[in-house]
Amino acid sequence: MYTEKVMDHFKNPRNMGEIPDADGVGTVGNPVCGDLMTIYIKVKDNRLIDIKFKTFGCGSAIATSSMITELAKGKTLEEAMKITRGDVADSLGGLPPVKMHCSNLAADALHAAIEDYYKRRGEEVKK
Amino acid sequence: MSATKRIYMDHSSGKPVDERVVEAMLPYMQKSYGNPSSLHGMGQEARKALDEARAKIAELINAEKKETIVFTSGATESNNLAIKGVAYRNKDKGTRILASRIEHMSVINSCKYLTTKGFETLFLPVDSYGFLDLEALEEKLAENTVLVSVAYANGEIGTIQSIGEISKIVHSRKAYLHVDATAACGQIPIDVKIEGIDLLTISSNDMYGPKGTGALYVKDGTRLEPLLHGGGQEKGLRSGTENIPAIVGFGKAAELTKKEMPTRAEHLTRLRDKLIKGLLEAAPYSFLNGHPTRRLPDNVSVRYSFIEGESMLLSLEMEGVFASSGSACTAKTLEPSHVLLAIGLKHEEAHGSLMFTLGKQSTEEEVNHVVAVMPSIVKRLRAMSPLTPKELVD
Repeated sequence: MYTEKVMDHFKNPRNMGEIPDADGVGTVGNPVCGDLMTIYIKVKDNRLIDIKFKTFGCGSAIATSSMITELAKGKTLEEAMKITRGDVADSLGGLPPVKMHCSNLAADALHAAIEDYYKRRGEEVKK
Repeated sequence: MSATKRIYMDHSSGKPVDERVVEAMLPYMQKSYGNPSSLHGMGQEARKALDEARAKIAELINAEKKETIVFTSGATESNNLAIKGVAYRNKDKGTRILASRIEHMSVINSCKYLTTKGFETLFLPVDSYGFLDLEALEEKLAENTVLVSVAYANGEIGTIQSIGEISKIVHSRKAYLHVDATAACGQIPIDVKIEGIDLLTISSNDMYGPKGTGALYVKDGTRLEPLLHGGGQEKGLRSGTENIPAIVGFGKAAELTKKEMPTRAEHLTRLRDKLIKGLLEAAPYSFLNGHPTRRLPDNVSVRYSFIEGESMLLSLEMEGVFASSGSACTAKTLEPSHVLLAIGLKHEEAHGSLMFTLGKQSTEEEVNHVVAVMPSIVKRLRAMSPLTPKELVD
């Protein structure tokens, strides 16, 4: 059902955990639907110098969370805002169709964390 | 234990066919391949095999005579035939149909379909164990009710209903009682006469017979309309040439089941209780779904808070264990199991449920393996989950 890449990220998730003094935090999803993700970011000179995740959900929810941290780490905030759900799924070698909407929320969580960062600084979101 | 070892604990989804059943079926593939409707010797040979299988199934459920057994393509067809068949044939008597909220989808969707054909369907509530609310049954059982459909035991949480009691209530209003015994038949004794059952769904594969065949017991005098029209086989209730090899296998499976049921049940119950105990001790915030004792011998359904079922299933599979889940993420729909929601679980609790169904070949060693790997699976996923309370994470 899942690609080897998805299973690799599920078995060995990258950047799992919390950042206690995060500069931005984004949470999306709902436990009622079976998926809830939180992304924590640390920003320096407009770049994501650290990023971590915590996820309640199915295999693809965990794999997409792990993958987004790899895709976003080191990117500028503007670059990170351009990462889409499709990019995450493509980087994992695809997701089963039924999972494309319900469990592919990692990009949304990342964007929410960046928006939170701007909000904390009283700045407009730059896209 | 090596990761390539396969520990199968999903027997309610599919069972291996008993070797003795396979052996009984083989002659009917290439040697005795006649059609039971033919008058010649080859046909009569097939007719004899068909009648013998019918008698064995009738005996298993203590039916009054073998002619009450109608062969179908399986439990889904039997449920469709019982519900739509009774509804169509008895429209002059009434148009209300009752079913519990925890029925199999082939019952629920047959009932829902009938609402588009002028019938009224009401789904009755169950309590937190999954027992049918008998007061609601009495209340909704109006004069115009023609049929009540309740499973003998629930396939997901294992809860066994009090069919005798339900039957008395249903018959006090002259409605028919259909009982889906797909999960129960072969695991616990069923007596259609003593328990007062008008229609009973039986599945072959659930008794280690081949897939693709099943039966509907139709009590003498029950008015039923066929769904399939054709050559008038099965007393006109199910046209189509009978699947003789599968039916012979089904009959053999019923014969073996009748003989071996007590031994199998004892073995399964022992493993079930050991597995339940081990899974609940594997982690805090773990719960049993269904009733601790009034449950099917093969059924273990548990839930772990703060984590989701499919990720547990994937983790179990990495340890060579095949199980099932009540989570939406393992199904085609996005809703979690309607059974788990009906017993009052919150969506997130239903998502965190796991189901293990044991088989007659399951071993204590397999149970021990599952119990041994579960703590670290729960711990790892809880460490990842934002819902886990801080004190549970190292």
